[in-house]
Amino acid sequence: MTYTPEKPKTAESSEALRARIPGWGADLDPADRPSVPRERFDPTFSGAWWEFPERQPEKWPRERSIEHKFLTPVFGTACPPKGVSGAIRKLAYRRYSEGRAAHWLLLIAADRVDAAGSTLRSFLTTRPDNPITETGVLSEISHHGLASRRGENRADLRHQPLDPIIVAAPWVLTGALAYVLAKRVVRRRRA
Amino acid sequence: MRAMVYRGPYRVRVEEKDRPAVEHPNDAIVRVTRAAICGSDLHLYHGMMPDTRVGMTFGHEFVGVVDEVGPSVQNLKVGDRVMVPFNVFCGTCYFCARGLYSNCHNVNPNATAVGGIYGYSHTSGGYDGGQSEFVRVPFADVGPSLIPEWMDEDDAVLLTDALATGYFGAQLGDIVEGDVVVVFGAGPVGLYAAKSAWLMGAGRVIVIDHLDYRLAKAAEFAHAETYNFAEYDDIIVHLKKITEYLGADVTIDAVGAEADGNFLQHVTAAKLKLQGGSPVALNWAIDAVRKGGTVSVMGAYGPLFSAVKFGDAMNKGLTLRMNQCPVKRQWPRLFEHIKNGYLKPSDIVTHRIPLEHIAEGYHIFSAKLDGCIKPLIVPNAA
Ligand SMILES: [Zn+2]
Ligand SMILES: [Zn+2]
Repeated sequence: MTYTPEKPKTAESSEALRARIPGWGADLDPADRPSVPRERFDPTFSGAWWEFPERQPEKWPRERSIEHKFLTPVFGTACPPKGVSGAIRKLAYRRYSEGRAAHWLLLIAADRVDAAGSTLRSFLTTRPDNPITETGVLSEISHHGLASRRGENRADLRHQPLDPIIVAAPWVLTGALAYVLAKRVVRRRRA
Repeated sequence: MRAMVYRGPYRVRVEEKDRPAVEHPNDAIVRVTRAAICGSDLHLYHGMMPDTRVGMTFGHEFVGVVDEVGPSVQNLKVGDRVMVPFNVFCGTCYFCARGLYSNCHNVNPNATAVGGIYGYSHTSGGYDGGQSEFVRVPFADVGPSLIPEWMDEDDAVLLTDALATGYFGAQLGDIVEGDVVVVFGAGPVGLYAAKSAWLMGAGRVIVIDHLDYRLAKAAEFAHAETYNFAEYDDIIVHLKKITEYLGADVTIDAVGAEADGNFLQHVTAAKLKLQGGSPVALNWAIDAVRKGGTVSVMGAYGPLFSAVKFGDAMNKGLTLRMNQCPVKRQWPRLFEHIKNGYLKPSDIVTHRIPLEHIAEGYHIFSAKLDGCIKPLIVPNAA
């Protein structure tokens, strides 16, 4: 009981649990769990045979946190910064430490610029972005979209109606804007 | 090669991409035979993680066959069947030398607060991930392990993050015999955390979620007592009532940012990106634990701030323990548990999705359609 010293009893004893649940108590001793203690000095366990690894060649000026002394010996090369979003990213890394909100907010802003710009650019290629196939929304039909939302007590049902609006709005707005601009251009040519 | 590619929030597609090359003498190139979509991939998918660039390939849970090795690789050879932990790590920096592989300092130039993670934006080092036919694996002598001959590939891919992380979550809870453990979230990591809590001697394991089918899995797979918070006016009061008004000894946040609980928080965080994710689950974990108890956090949180109830944590004298899982440290023990039949990780797999249909896979997983708990991705190269 909480208002008295003893810890409340659980419904089942350890013996009953051991009988019911496969492996119950196999790691009972906290000292015997794999990540205990949190820090155990053992540089050889991982299979590494270097003290400081060889350095990966830097093929372009790789952006890095100013909280690092130097470019780490190994790094990813997935998407080098490019265009306007790349300039914003480089600014975020050059100017602000990870402790500053500006660092992360600039990176988020660059992500939006990157997504919008990449979508516009995709219309100049043979593979334009397609909100129908890329959002996977067709699986609503093939994978029980309606049935999945019935009788499951889903707490997220309250905000799910928002999702399509938030996903579709930029596409609808861009389409409308393009239509208005095109109309204006045509009218001006006729005049 | 074919690879999943990010095109912007809520949009992904499969594209032809250059096959990855050896860029460091200790790299290996792995041909992916099985990958998975993880709950934390949804942070990227929803555009919540800063520096997620268009063109990025996601996927930090994968296994495959070594296809090429760099000149300095000694421990692996072409043709080896390997499982790769989600952490990219060097093995010998200050942190790795102490077993903190998820905190490696030598692999992520973009940030010092987080280590390297495959397919997890440039915030985690800018490595392309395994939802692809091929993937570059740095420090091939250190990260990957051979898949034991007796182990199923589906079990192996779940060990690369979800199972190891769930076990780690229970471990961070410092569970002692008879403890009451509450797990928030009945996704893959929550299911494994609940199951692991028993291995560590819990006396009672309670799982909270908002989807009945996931709770049914928690009851069946993890022998847990389950509650759907959507059925309660105030889930915290309910948890207090069923624990004699004491609270749990240990709470485990297996949700991470962007929990579904509060309409306002969902809109400000998941939708408008004004917070780095709504920390509903974490705040519930702080509320539901008893004074002097331990809160374990291994659900994913991004670098942006979130409104956490720190005052309550302080006043209650809580121990908050958290980290990304150092996956490779967990493996030897987890191999034993699987071999002994205590754990069968692939029991939670619900969907197998061809790489070409990955956009549908993300939508099914994100919108929780079709009873989806854990989707595996099968590349054509398999
Ligand atoms: Zn994961
Ligand atoms: Zn390291």
